[in-house]
Amino acid sequence: MSKVVVVTSGKGGVGKTTSSAAIGTGLALSGFKTVIIDFDIGLRNLDLIMGCERRVVYDFVNVIKGESNLNQSLIKDKRVDNLYVLPASQTRDKDALTKEGVQTVLNNLRDMEFDFIICDSPAGIETGAIMALYFADEAIITTNPEVSSVRDSDRILGMLSSKSQRAEQGLEPVREHLLLTRYDPSRVNRGDMLSVEDVEEILAIPLLGVIPESQAVLKASNSGEPVILDDESDAGKAYRDAVDRLLGKEVDFRFLTEEKKGLFSRLFGA
Amino acid sequence: MSLLDYFRQSKPEATAKQAKERLQIIVAHERNQRNGPDYLPDLQRDILEVIKKYVAVEQDDVKVSLDNRSEELSVLELNITLPDNR
Repeated sequence: MSKVVVVTSGKGGVGKTTSSAAIGTGLALSGFKTVIIDFDIGLRNLDLIMGCERRVVYDFVNVIKGESNLNQSLIKDKRVDNLYVLPASQTRDKDALTKEGVQTVLNNLRDMEFDFIICDSPAGIETGAIMALYFADEAIITTNPEVSSVRDSDRILGMLSSKSQRAEQGLEPVREHLLLTRYDPSRVNRGDMLSVEDVEEILAIPLLGVIPESQAVLKASNSGEPVILDDESDAGKAYRDAVDRLLGKEVDFRFLTEEKKGLFSRLFGA
Repeated sequence: MSLLDYFRQSKPEATAKQAKERLQIIVAHERNQRNGPDYLPDLQRDILEVIKKYVAVEQDDVKVSLDNRSEELSVLELNITLPDNR
């Protein structure tokens, strides 16, 4: 049984694509056959984050329109077994995605025995975002500890409970997970940033992971390597923990407290 | 934190606390609206226009909510704050 997981947020720039790439790669590393689909039609970017931008021939919309078959459009990752990317199209046609079209592609991916189908949602609450969440079994709500991001996340939770297929058909609701990204414990200590507990209390959904603000994320996107492949980095480790939790393991949360600074950095600034 | 900051520890009030309080209010408000039918904002606007013909009220002075008490009973609640100098 394939599990469809949407990575969504409402607000843009909070780390949906970074998280889709990291979590998808992590699931594949754990031995699950995984595909990450870019739903951001017109603004394709997952390919860059995954480092496969030069290998895109056919895309998601080509498959929906029957201009290519799924095998021609799926890009197999060169680093990790069992990992595939289905790139978004660069078309400006807003109606390129239809529920029927997306449904057919998902069914074909199910037939190919994918364990996880990760849907990387575009920002906003327009067609693309609705298409990405419509068929979801689980949702990862990517949120920054910041007012507009938290509010938009709550909007998306509303969409999941009213606009998703599970909601429309009265099935068991979409399973929701909170992924807090760009977390900076030192700013939380200073009272400048919402804490994990604050965001959990407001959104009232279970916590999947907390990704610390990290230099490693920009470096990873610069080089087209999902940050989870950077074993040394705090963000990479935090994503591994999140993947383990998604797979049902109990893992203690890390990187929630400020790192102790030495005398040198105390005196001269970090 | 540099050496200078270390001596300059007059702490301004924590803005994260404000953020949390503001979010709790707006999120609760929006969740309330979300559960209402789609026509509620339009109904509120129309009612506001009618009342405005007679009394000087602002957008925020008229509150409309629909409370589904049970299968058979729904209560449409209209709350209008009139100005002091009636």
